[in-house]
Amino acid sequence: MAAETAVRGSGADQLAGLDALELAGTGGPGLLSRVWGRVWPMLTAVGLVLVAWQLVVLSGRWPEYVLAGPITTFQELWARLGTAEFYQALATTMRRAVTGFALAVLIGLIVGAAVSRVRILRAAFGSLITGLQTMPSIAWFPFAILLFGLTESAIQFVVILGAAPSVANGLIAGVDYTPPLLLRAGKVLGLGRLQMYRHVILPASLPSFLAGLKQGWAFAWRSLMAGELMVIIAYQASLGEQLHIARELSDSPGLIGTMIVILVIGVVIDLLFESADTALRRRWGLRQPQ
Amino acid sequence: MTDLLTTQPAVRLADVSKVYGHGPRGLLALDRVSLSVAPGEFVCLLGASGCGKSTLLSLVAGLDRPTGGQITAPGARIAMMFQEPALFPWLTVSANVEMAMRVKGVGRQERRARAAELLETVRLGGFGRKRPHELSGGMRQRVALARALAQDADVLLMDEPFGALDAMTRDLLHDELERIWRERGLAVLFVTHNVREAVRLGDRVVLLSSRPGRVVEEFPVELARPRRTDSAEVATLAARITDRLREEVARHGR
Ligand SMILES: Nc1ncnc2c1ncn2[C@@H]1O[C@H](COP(=O)(O)OP(=O)(O)O)[C@@H](O)[C@H]1O
Ligand SMILES: [Mg+2]
Repeated sequence: MAAETAVRGSGADQLAGLDALELAGTGGPGLLSRVWGRVWPMLTAVGLVLVAWQLVVLSGRWPEYVLAGPITTFQELWARLGTAEFYQALATTMRRAVTGFALAVLIGLIVGAAVSRVRILRAAFGSLITGLQTMPSIAWFPFAILLFGLTESAIQFVVILGAAPSVANGLIAGVDYTPPLLLRAGKVLGLGRLQMYRHVILPASLPSFLAGLKQGWAFAWRSLMAGELMVIIAYQASLGEQLHIARELSDSPGLIGTMIVILVIGVVIDLLFESADTALRRRWGLRQPQ
Repeated sequence: MTDLLTTQPAVRLADVSKVYGHGPRGLLALDRVSLSVAPGEFVCLLGASGCGKSTLLSLVAGLDRPTGGQITAPGARIAMMFQEPALFPWLTVSANVEMAMRVKGVGRQERRARAAELLETVRLGGFGRKRPHELSGGMRQRVALARALAQDADVLLMDEPFGALDAMTRDLLHDELERIWRERGLAVLFVTHNVREAVRLGDRVVLLSSRPGRVVEEFPVELARPRRTDSAEVATLAARITDRLREEVARHGR
């Protein structure tokens, strides 16, 4: 090795020089300014919405007990944030969301892996999975209630049906679009079938799988809210149920406050997926210069 | 050179044909190509684009099967480099180089050390923790070379590996490749459509015709090494080969 590593003067120096020239000038803005760059447009948008909302309230088109203004709503929301019931409702909803989504991911993974591997399954179920995705989840509820009654299972059933196809599709697309060149490189490097899966196909399908997860989550969240409105289970407070009760009682601030909670949860989780996606893109060098 | 021919070749192709597709619409990409590469020999395969050079390398690498004929590589381990670096973007440079060892079950410590040595060999010592996208095209191609060398192969197949690089980088990489080839005693089958590159590097230049790909002529290159791409001797032989190549290409215009 000694002979190999001994630098042979000019050639190596020239290469090093070229390398240095090529690599000059990377590095973007710092974390703080990046975060701020993302946050201020959002804050502005929220501010505009609040102003518009207040204007509609002021116009007097609806009485205050039907459409509460932002101030009463946030007062009500603040008060609720101090009660145990709120956290129980939140916990029930999140438990349903997390278990439903986790099961959907598991099922989506299994189905996706099988369909992407086996040609016959692909022909049989490929378009069916995409078809399932276009089915509005609320249309499943009468059927789910018939099967399971007004139970947790009915809700879980629809949440899973809503999310699993997206997860499966994400994986299938990822496997399909594994660059053939990388497969060839893997083969030349001596990877067997399983090793190819482990070291090439799965990592290569990660971005697409992540997109599938994100979409699956969105579907799961929507299905869950529909489910909690349709399947009210006694003594099980949930966010959906609170919406339902608020409407029954014409509790406008409570209704809008709960909607805001639902919206915020959706946005926060979406941001989590997005930051995972950004981290992945940065690692792979897929990020477009901004 | 003559004793090389009497020993057993590292790779031998006997009447190898390759047809893409079936029946009358099938495309005859290679037509009874016979060729051998001796251990330690540097053979350049030259031809117009579309003449079946990549097809031939894929067959030798075992990525595809010949329709007819035989390919023998007695005991040879074969490594290959593509025109694009084909690095795994989710792995660091070092992990890319380690891949072949990893799937063979070489321990982590040893892999690391070997990868560092190989990166040193391609003049990329200290770049192991970078990711492929952080490197320039020429650097990525050197990582790909290190990754191929990590296979400890006896035969290295190279499919226009420097085709996408600028001339200056390419010249420097020719020097590096020649050095590594000599130090390791590799048999190299190097595909290019660049005549001067073929003459600069090869012990022998094999000219392929287009559609179907056939061996038209072989040119031994008996110029002293190291050669320069812009030297008069290289230019003279390159001109001869270019004329022959043009004749070959012109056949298709008629
Ligand atoms: N997978 C394939 N299926 C059908 N035709 C192919 C395939 N690969 C290559 N060919 C054809 O075979 C011929 C030789 O291709 P290739 O080996 O890539 O040439 P080269 O590398 O010399 O440019 C070309 O005409 C090309 O269109
Ligand atoms: Mg080619």
